[in-house]
Amino acid sequence: MIRKTQELLDGAFKRIESAFNVAFGPHWNPWYQLGALSFYFFWIVCISGLYLYIFFDTSINGAYESVERLTVEQWYLGGVMRSLHRYASDAMVVTVTLHLVREFAKGRFRGPQAFSWISGVPLLWLLFAAGIGGYWLVWDQFGQYVAQITTEWLERLPVISDSLARTFLSNATLSDRLFSLLVFMHIAIPLFLLLGMFIHVNRLKLARTEPARGLAIGVVLAMIVLSLLKPAISMAPADMSIVPAEVPLDWFYMNFYPLLDRVDPLYVWLLLAGVTGVLVVLPWLSPSKQTAAAAAVVDPANCNGCTWCFQDCPYEAITIVPHSYKKGMRQALVDPDRCTACGICAGSCPSATPFRHVEELVSGIEIPGYPVDRLLDDAMAKVDTLGGEARVMVFGCDHALAIERIEREGVVALSLPCVGMLPPSFVDYIARQDKVDGVLVSGCCSGDCFYRKGNTWTEERFASQRMPHLRTSAGHDKVKVSWAGIFEGERLAADIEEFRSGLQRKNTAGATQAADETEAAQ
Amino acid sequence: MSSTDSVRWIGQAAAYGVFVLFVGYFSNSPGYQHLAPDQAMLKLSLRHSGQVLGECKQMSAEDLARLPPTMRAPLDCPRERSPLEIELEVNGETRLSERVEPRGLHSDGMASIYHRLNVPAGPTRLKVRMKDHVDQQEFPYAVEQEVELRPGQVLVIDFDSQEKRFEFL
Ligand code: HEM
Ligand code: SF4
Ligand code: SF4
Repeated sequence: MIRKTQELLDGAFKRIESAFNVAFGPHWNPWYQLGALSFYFFWIVCISGLYLYIFFDTSINGAYESVERLTVEQWYLGGVMRSLHRYASDAMVVTVTLHLVREFAKGRFRGPQAFSWISGVPLLWLLFAAGIGGYWLVWDQFGQYVAQITTEWLERLPVISDSLARTFLSNATLSDRLFSLLVFMHIAIPLFLLLGMFIHVNRLKLARTEPARGLAIGVVLAMIVLSLLKPAISMAPADMSIVPAEVPLDWFYMNFYPLLDRVDPLYVWLLLAGVTGVLVVLPWLSPSKQTAAAAAVVDPANCNGCTWCFQDCPYEAITIVPHSYKKGMRQALVDPDRCTACGICAGSCPSATPFRHVEELVSGIEIPGYPVDRLLDDAMAKVDTLGGEARVMVFGCDHALAIERIEREGVVALSLPCVGMLPPSFVDYIARQDKVDGVLVSGCCSGDCFYRKGNTWTEERFASQRMPHLRTSAGHDKVKVSWAGIFEGERLAADIEEFRSGLQRKNTAGATQAADETEAAQ
Repeated sequence: MSSTDSVRWIGQAAAYGVFVLFVGYFSNSPGYQHLAPDQAMLKLSLRHSGQVLGECKQMSAEDLARLPPTMRAPLDCPRERSPLEIELEVNGETRLSERVEPRGLHSDGMASIYHRLNVPAGPTRLKVRMKDHVDQQEFPYAVEQEVELRPGQVLVIDFDSQEKRFEFL
């Protein structure tokens, strides 16, 4: 059932994402950078919070006045900062929630990715604790409501002092000391959140923690417009002898507060603990079908310790260690617990080249599920079936468009676990075959690779910005890259046709020139 | 500007617009009716130590001799305290009747209760009573009073352990 839900959601995401690609283009598409957007909102909250803190009076009698002054007298800056602080916190709940659902939909909670998944869960608690705590500090009637409900709820836990709610009983029982503690917590909890965020992305190579520039600008402008149109304001100052009948609940953070009025708060604890528990054990509820045997293996005989695979592994699964038998040399070592079997390392290994004169091609590093020798056999088998004019060999990946669907006269296609596992030398080798006029490399839509970096590394290798470079005597115009998401089959087909007509023109031009030359010679 | 460009910009503006409306709206709306407009709130909150259960026992000379010298007190007093029994009536209707156990490993700590309830505003007859020893037949601490509750008012019912009486704040 989990897999079924996952697939349904994944389909929905892909549909929405491809619609967004029309407006935003793949590089600005917010769905591809929900984690990065969460980081971005966090920074907006930090900066605006710092500004508010400068003007904030941390005493219980001064807090309300100081916030009010900032909101009214300094509406153009302090007021905007206050609104940004609130709305960016709210937006962060939205992006984090969508990020969670999307990672679930992509199945990135199992096996080696369980670390990212599980380390994300405590961030939810810290985020909520930080957000809810912020409302107390304004110390208006809403802060008072939040304080009352929250302390009653906390007190329901046996480990919490039973006089917490009593502290917020009347105006007389309130103390500056407690209020300072609240201010301190509102700074400490986000710091822990930040620490947690760094741990969360720690196992990912070059985690994307910054959204694309265009998106970042759009987001901050939108937030500023919202802050000007609907500034965050306070209710009347807190007064423990009265309660407001209706409160302007922040539904992003306090969506479960109405429940606290209706059932024993203990059940709310149980509910939230249950949800957390399910999230934590999800990797075991629906375990990965991939076994440890799927992890990449290093062949020391073919490894010269160049570190290219180490630099490319998106999951930090590779380390470089002293060579097992060659003195003074180094070699790669794979941690099977971290390896997702994406195969990207095989694509970076200089020994994975079909130009080598060996019986059986063995790469310094490769995945047992799809060794490079088989990749070569499969590719050559496809090439053998090529016929017609402007013949193109297409490489795609299992996580994007079902690439075989585009096969037709003059076009053959091979799908790989990740297109990042295609060594550039293979592209060169195939492009040089007599039966091939061009090679087209496709895969997950650009800006969004299932294995994080497959398409980025491929582009960089082809552009000679990353080792191994694509060197081809066949000419770079015989190679083309065209990324395509699941719903972009038509565009890909059009790209292929355009590529083919280019090749066709070149072939005819070449043929005419050859004919001219023969004629001239005669 | 080509038509695909305008589709792009309009599409982006629409997406930002929807996002901002969504965030801006749910950030403080819809308002949550926490209390009906014609209701007031009562908070019964008190901390009080129940009486010690059992009598002190005079230690015999042999008993004392068996103890280490620093612990030779002539009286051996039990530490366990009685639970409290608390009742609250609003306009003649019992809204709370609870037994509150003392805290602490040896049941020797204070007992504490916190209870919040919403009641209709207007003239209200409140009756609170408490026992602090299980053997008490009658409620030794009680108060009955007519109060005028305004809508939205919070009335706190506390117990002053020193003066041994209830107080309305
Ligand atoms: C404060 C909250 C969070 C922030 C700021 C955040 C941020 C990020 C970032 C920046 C990445 C790296 C994306 C990349 O470069 O590929 C990431 C990955 C990931 N996140 Fe989060 N995240 C948060 C919460 C969560 C939660 C609650 C979950 C799920 C329970 C989660 C699950 C994951 C997973 C599974 C990945 C790994 C993706 C992969 O293996 O490709 N995250 N997160
Ligand atoms: S297959 Fe290679 S690149 Fe992919 S995770 Fe495993 S070691 Fe890293
Ligand atoms: S890329 Fe190949 S040769 Fe280089 S360190 Fe990795 S396994 Fe060894």
